[in-house]
Amino acid sequence: MAEKVLLKGNEAIAEAAILAGCRYFFGYPITPQTEISAYMAKRMPKIGGVFLQAESEISACNMVYGAAAAGARVMTSSSSPGISLKAEAISYIAGADLPAVVVNIMRAGPGLGGIQPSQSDYHQATKGLGHGDYKMIVLAPASVQEIINLTAEAFDLADFYRMPVMILGDGTLGQMMEPVTFELPEGRKLPEKTWATNGTKMEREHNVVNSLYIQPDILEKIVTERNKKYQQIEETETKYEAYRMEDAEYMITAYGSTARIAKNAVDELREQGIKAGLIRPITLWPFPKEAYKQYVGQVKAILSVEMCLGQMVDDVKLAVESKVPVHFYGRWGGNIPYPNEIIEKMKEIVGGIA
Amino acid sequence: MKQVFKKPHALCDVPLHYCPGCTHGIVHRLVAEVIDELGIEGTTIGVAPVGCSVFAYDYFNCDMVEAAHGRAPAVATGIKRTNQDNIVFTYQGDGDLAAIGTAETVHAAARGENITVIFINNAIYGMTGGQMAPTSLPGQITQTSPYGRNTETQGFPIRVSEMLSTLDGPAYIERVAVDCVKNINQAKKAIKKAFTCQVEKKGFSLVEVVSTCPTNWGLSPEEAMKWLQENMLPYYPLGVYCDKL
Ligand SMILES: Cc1ncc(C[n+]2csc(CCOP(=O)(O)OP(=O)(O)O)c2C)c(N)n1
Ligand code: SF4
Ligand SMILES: [Mg+2]
Repeated sequence: MAEKVLLKGNEAIAEAAILAGCRYFFGYPITPQTEISAYMAKRMPKIGGVFLQAESEISACNMVYGAAAAGARVMTSSSSPGISLKAEAISYIAGADLPAVVVNIMRAGPGLGGIQPSQSDYHQATKGLGHGDYKMIVLAPASVQEIINLTAEAFDLADFYRMPVMILGDGTLGQMMEPVTFELPEGRKLPEKTWATNGTKMEREHNVVNSLYIQPDILEKIVTERNKKYQQIEETETKYEAYRMEDAEYMITAYGSTARIAKNAVDELREQGIKAGLIRPITLWPFPKEAYKQYVGQVKAILSVEMCLGQMVDDVKLAVESKVPVHFYGRWGGNIPYPNEIIEKMKEIVGGIA
Repeated sequence: MKQVFKKPHALCDVPLHYCPGCTHGIVHRLVAEVIDELGIEGTTIGVAPVGCSVFAYDYFNCDMVEAAHGRAPAVATGIKRTNQDNIVFTYQGDGDLAAIGTAETVHAAARGENITVIFINNAIYGMTGGQMAPTSLPGQITQTSPYGRNTETQGFPIRVSEMLSTLDGPAYIERVAVDCVKNINQAKKAIKKAFTCQVEKKGFSLVEVVSTCPTNWGLSPEEAMKWLQENMLPYYPLGVYCDKL
């Protein structure tokens, strides 16, 4: 069995990326993701990789675009305000069909907001943070071990589908220490990067990495083709965890670190005689709609718990097509919901129905 | 018969979209000739800007990447860092390089990033139809300075070569023009030196080319060359601003 080591969430992202073959990291300092950069700054020079602190998140993410164009496994990480600046390059990465991994360790917004944990960038991440018709795979780990597995998976997904993949965490997850192993899941068989701009060697036609198509018919065709890829991803790549859902009458749903709190609430509610269960989406885009749909008819109500004003709750409502009442409980501004608050809210819901 | 003139191999055999009398075409040719002469086409990756030269990715025969507006030096950095033996150049206009991309330009230079920047200073935003550029001259009439650039409210032009040469990072910076044969020959020498600088891993190199935009200046190609000589060259003196070769 692989050795267990104690690691912070942020460091786990960095180490898993390196193990997954990422050798290029471009970043800009921001709390609460700092440990990722610090770890990369220490490790990359030792393993022949590149750590570069850019002049801004705009530059960092455009460097990612360049390195990805050259065929490298590359990543950047930031936190909410910095992600807004990366939006430009992410749109270009999507538009040029380049693989890249972007980490957002969310903090509370809007504006400069605060530096405490938050999930208020859900809409930004899942509904397209840059301009244009594009999607980005968004992975939401809930433990340090899952961070490791999903980080490795993120690089494979990016290369396999040639698109940006985001790891969406929050300050709690980034700072949390847990024992982990580095047994990475078996990777996918990946296509060769024949499109990469790494020099023709005078052996092939020149490659062009580009997102500009002046003719509407051509652009429409390209966006349509890309959309087929998105549809395929929606069909095959959704991931979620169901906890005590077999006989559940009430569903709590939450992702990331909030899901851990929600799990405690589920257990406590069960002790108090309320049959609660949890659905934890692991992919936020593609959103695991089936995870919810299958419980229409079984559960009497759904409670979405989030560290924001309520964003994922919209997707949950869409998933069950309003056939089940969907409620919301959240804390925001950098505050974390407590299990007893969730329990109280659920009891209100149960009381209202009973 | 002996062939005395031909299209450089590094230039694709396609019609360029530039307006008559536009100097973008001349500079494309000079860059391509240099790539040929140094024998680096197979290892060169070019970065096209957003501006009139956006389609440069279809004109150069080497691998090409299209960057977001102003981000070419950052994109070039990303490409270069994956393989220091590759030759990476950007080709950028003044709006791209000295307005929206100022930070990217200054920091690539400050890092001494081993890339080559070809900077087309035509004192205007050509592609978007002739708005004021960071390099537009005091008093210059453009779409967004219809009464002439008023330095009190619209500030002063940026002399990029002078500004960057105050940094320790750059290895070679020269300002040239392509208004006459003599200057075109000098421009070619400068571009060759800039690429050589990169080949020899000496660090950041930039060639600023004082250029024309007859269309948006509202002048004939001939008048535009004259306007360049009479107005731009006094403000943007030609010469070497940094040379560590
Ligand atoms: C983010 C963004 N802002 C604005 C534009 C519109 N735009 C396209 S080209 C250009 C100016 C280009 O001028 P310059 O760099 O001087 O190049 P020239 O056309 O003169 O060669 C602008 C503002 C854009 N494409 N992207
Ligand atoms: S608009 Fe100006 S810069 Fe653009 S192609 Fe025409 S002359 Fe050249
Ligand atoms: Mg211009």
